[in-house]
Amino acid sequence: MAVIVKRKKALSVSPLKSSQPVGASLAFLGMNRCIPMLHGSQGCTAFGKVFFVRHFREPIPLQTTAMDQVSSIMGADENIVEGLKNICEKSQPAMIGLPTTGLSETQGSDINMAVKMFRKKYPQFDPIKVIPVNTPDFTGSLETGYAAAVSAMIDQLVPEAEAAQTKPGKRLRQVNVLAGAMLTPGDIEELKDMVELFGLRPVVIPDISDSLDGHLTEQEFSPITVGGTPTSEFLTLGDAVATLVVGASLFSAADVLKKRTGVVDYRFSSLLGMEAVDALTMALVDISGNPVPEKIERHRAQLEDAMVDTHFMIGQSRIAIAAEPDMLFSFANFVAGMGAEVVTAVTSSNVALLKDIPADEVQIGDLEDLENSAELMRAQLLIGNSHCAQPSERLSIPLLRAGFPLYDQVGGFQRTWIGYRGTRQALFDMANILLTNGSHDIEPYRSIYSVRQEDREGRDERIAAFAARSAS
Amino acid sequence: MQQKDIAALLDEPACTHNKKAKSGCAKPKPGASAGGCAFDGAQIALLPIVDVAHIVHGPIACAGSSWDNRGTRSSGSTLFRLGMTTDMTEQDVIMGRGEKRLFHSIKQAVETHNPPAVFVYNTCVPALIGDDIEAVCKAAEERWNLPVVPVDAAGFYGTKNLGNRIAGESMVKYVVGHREPTPIPDVSQRPGIKVHNVNLIGEYNIAGEFWHVMPLLDELGIRILCTLAGDARFHEVQTMHHAEVNMMVCSKAMINVARKMQEQYDIPWFEGSFYGVSDTSQSLRDFARLIDDPDLTERTEKLIAREEARIKNELEPWRGRLEGRRVLLYTGGVKSWSVISQMQDLGMKVVATGTKKSTEEDKARIQELMGDDTKMIDEGNPRALLDIMREYRADILIAGGRNMYTALKARHPFLDINQEREFGYAGYQGMLELVRQLALTMESPVWSQVRRPSPWAGISRGKGQALSSTGEA
Repeated sequence: MAVIVKRKKALSVSPLKSSQPVGASLAFLGMNRCIPMLHGSQGCTAFGKVFFVRHFREPIPLQTTAMDQVSSIMGADENIVEGLKNICEKSQPAMIGLPTTGLSETQGSDINMAVKMFRKKYPQFDPIKVIPVNTPDFTGSLETGYAAAVSAMIDQLVPEAEAAQTKPGKRLRQVNVLAGAMLTPGDIEELKDMVELFGLRPVVIPDISDSLDGHLTEQEFSPITVGGTPTSEFLTLGDAVATLVVGASLFSAADVLKKRTGVVDYRFSSLLGMEAVDALTMALVDISGNPVPEKIERHRAQLEDAMVDTHFMIGQSRIAIAAEPDMLFSFANFVAGMGAEVVTAVTSSNVALLKDIPADEVQIGDLEDLENSAELMRAQLLIGNSHCAQPSERLSIPLLRAGFPLYDQVGGFQRTWIGYRGTRQALFDMANILLTNGSHDIEPYRSIYSVRQEDREGRDERIAAFAARSAS
Repeated sequence: MQQKDIAALLDEPACTHNKKAKSGCAKPKPGASAGGCAFDGAQIALLPIVDVAHIVHGPIACAGSSWDNRGTRSSGSTLFRLGMTTDMTEQDVIMGRGEKRLFHSIKQAVETHNPPAVFVYNTCVPALIGDDIEAVCKAAEERWNLPVVPVDAAGFYGTKNLGNRIAGESMVKYVVGHREPTPIPDVSQRPGIKVHNVNLIGEYNIAGEFWHVMPLLDELGIRILCTLAGDARFHEVQTMHHAEVNMMVCSKAMINVARKMQEQYDIPWFEGSFYGVSDTSQSLRDFARLIDDPDLTERTEKLIAREEARIKNELEPWRGRLEGRRVLLYTGGVKSWSVISQMQDLGMKVVATGTKKSTEEDKARIQELMGDDTKMIDEGNPRALLDIMREYRADILIAGGRNMYTALKARHPFLDINQEREFGYAGYQGMLELVRQLALTMESPVWSQVRRPSPWAGISRGKGQALSSTGEA
């Protein structure tokens, strides 16, 4: 059981953490014809937008209530009403996400009230869903903000089974998937593929693999998301045969869904590593009643082979990870399962899951903490986002890029980590990095009796040092 | 190379195999053979001479799939890591243009890289069509005024072992004795320590492991004139005849070099190994014994006592993790008994060992080390190895790289001990790397994961139990 080391420094240097509003926005971006509007000053949105654009290399629909000096003091409810109206008029979205920010929360804004005002004033926009969610950036992190948005969507859009006459299993092939913040578009695609191979139909909440997977469309420009899960699907969740929940951060959202619909759920803290994926496969066998498809059997056997081949490089290697809690848990268990040692674990916020991470301690901290600890613990590999490139360079410890944001490479956002295939590729990449940066090389030794021309330089110093050593 | 030359090489009086009915090494069996050819053996033996341009004369198969795949390390020149081949074409073969191409290849190598020497390896095709590489080398030597050494080791001449001998033969015939060693500078001299010159034959500095041993020899005042061939320079090979003692490291591969140098230059030799604590100590003692300098003997014993105590201390934490583990040893180039003693130093038990390349003397030594309950394996095909692993409940297979996937595919831990490996195990210090690698593979959690059947194996396929189940995987 890991000891949780809380933040001790006043100053956070090279932060690992991204904010809750950014996380909530990401969740909304996985819904179709949607746009998040952050209730805060323009900067709250602008920074978030740049963050996403650099990571996904996509235009990102993101709006702001543009709180200014006056509205920050006198009340900004009108900004919300105005902002919602403008978006509805201009873009006709299916849904508007309304995460709060540190500014509006400190001000004491009542977003639910403001939305009510909007409904009253503009009933013509009633078909457009508006999801307010409290996500101040002075608490939590990207992951918790994302989870809060998923919870809010379920809470506000999924009807009680009794009232809506939904019944678990009515749609025999439908499987709901609550997809956590650690999943990339590639991950979700892999997950959907696996579900479909069992003859089931996945409905993913939210589905960034359909909106942020980086594909060209006929439409040259759209102010709202193109792709993602249609909001109408929320009405079908209660008829599904089961729900898969990926990422411990979504377990409380899953509680809401289960309570409301009665649909059984299967929960996974990680889908990285063979045992983790086995649990998913078993769940799909259980849900579908179908045998494991040959293709999946084959992928599993390929992973087994990769595990055996790469254990030489990965075994006993010393790994430092900086990531949001779910991802940290996932990677830490994965590498520990390969015989590596998690010598440094840094994360952004304190959640219950952390104590189960296979490391002596888990630090709530920043990338400076990562750097110091990785150096002290003589780590051989860093796992973290693009901001870790600098510590990596300074420490001369190679970096495996994973997480948010990945701005100094192309395609990182899309990479598949999960499933048998994703795990296999992760093993290859880790092993290759460790191979290329092997620290096992023996330093060339030059004999004190060498008369080689090339050894002449520095010879006297070498001999003096040798004499000193043998004298001691 | 003529048949009688091959026969002469095969007849190696210093080799204990020679005393058996069939002299030389066992003939390969078509359809049931593993192991390399004479060219392979020759190249492997000499390639670690790092500053030489090694040119393989033949079509692409010979060099194409063998260049730069060795674990040997250099402290200087990396010329040996460039794959150089004449890459003969069909036209060369038909029109007899091989010799010309070779001559121009030597020119190109000399002009581009300015090496101290060029080695030319003959291969099957030019040998068959009758290219006279010796004549080409001689002409090139005169033309560019540097040594161009023919190594006539076409694959069909015989086994890898024969190739090793051909390589050694080429060195003795063309290289050794052609230069006087540079005297060591005064600054290298230490008061009261007389410096003795030695050679190491058959040491390849795999993964740089010899750099673990060299400081010890420096400390004792033992100067290595030349290592044949790990991290060697061409000029050093030329001076080998000035050694007081030759050590044959861990292999009979170039035993002819040691024997011939004894005949020609009266240099005594011994066979030893730097694998394992006891063998390393023994080799140091053998140097002192043959050099016969009482002061050296005394200092050697002191050094051994100090190093053994130190390494014992450092190995202590590993002992509990390795003690009692069972090993199946199947080695090629490295002598079985040498590794056995290394395993025993760690408290591990060798339950079976390959003896295909061992001499009767080796076998006797193995028996002495391990007692009668150890199985000796003469034929090591993969199936047989796996059966023995199971039968003798071995925890790990220690073998050459080519058997790695035999073990891994059958979900067994494995340690690579051959020349392609990436880790250095020699000397006292090398033991620490060895234990680390042993523990790494044997203690890896992957084995339990891949040995377990998939969780759905054998379950009956019911229809959609999800509705009745309580969920929560």
